[in-house]
Amino acid sequence: MKLGILINEGPYQHQASDTALQFVKSAIKKGHEIYRVFFYNDGVNNATRFATPPQDDRNITKEWSALAIEHNIDMVVCVAAAQRRGILDKGEAERNGKDSDNIEEGFRISGLGQLVEAGIQADRLITFGD
Amino acid sequence: MGEEAIIKKFMYVNRKSPYGTIYALESLEVVLISAAFDQDVSLTFTDDGVYQLMKNQKTEGIGMKNFSSTYSALGDYEIKKIYIDKESLEERGLSISDLQELVWEDEDEDYAEKSSINLVSRDELSEIMNQQDIVMSF
Repeated sequence: MKLGILINEGPYQHQASDTALQFVKSAIKKGHEIYRVFFYNDGVNNATRFATPPQDDRNITKEWSALAIEHNIDMVVCVAAAQRRGILDKGEAERNGKDSDNIEEGFRISGLGQLVEAGIQADRLITFGD
Repeated sequence: MGEEAIIKKFMYVNRKSPYGTIYALESLEVVLISAAFDQDVSLTFTDDGVYQLMKNQKTEGIGMKNFSSTYSALGDYEIKKIYIDKESLEERGLSISDLQELVWEDEDEDYAEKSSINLVSRDELSEIMNQQDIVMSF
């Protein structure tokens, strides 16, 4: 089955991203295809490579990044939600006159149309959030 | 010619009050974008989400942007199926007259304004949700 994933909560504060990560790993193991993972609301905070959790804790952003690279998963961060919360790629940083970007490898910033498209193209859209 | 266009039933479920969290505002942003995709879109307001449509919202005191007027544009975006959970209204001592009117213009009837609002029971809402392809809940 082709699955779209929507993550609406940030890391650590909320379990949504952890659960989604476990779900995506299991789905891939079972042979399902991940059409796209879309990060919205505070979910965009999963994409910052500047997060530095304690060493004995999981690093959720790194785990997403590694999974996406290994399985070639399209991970999209909503541009409007990201701008509000200071999540920037190089292009966005330059456009908005910021001195740095902070997006982790494997994530890309794009519009909400990518979420709607995932809903249209995937067999199921599964939301992880509050 | 390309592939045949897929038209799915998208429902956006609004469950939170308008200003305590950002869910209401960012839900509305998805709804407006989805209108550009020619899908079959509907909105539900349930739980504290019914407060999103309250008339006469004033936000000066909390320093937030009042976005409640945006809902009245939904009809222009061809979004004309709005479901209000009747029990949620009642639980909060509200009635439909406390909410803003949302309308759409029917091209086939000389652009007559028609109400987009459907007051439904939870049983009816559950039926309608069952018919959806995609339910996004904010």
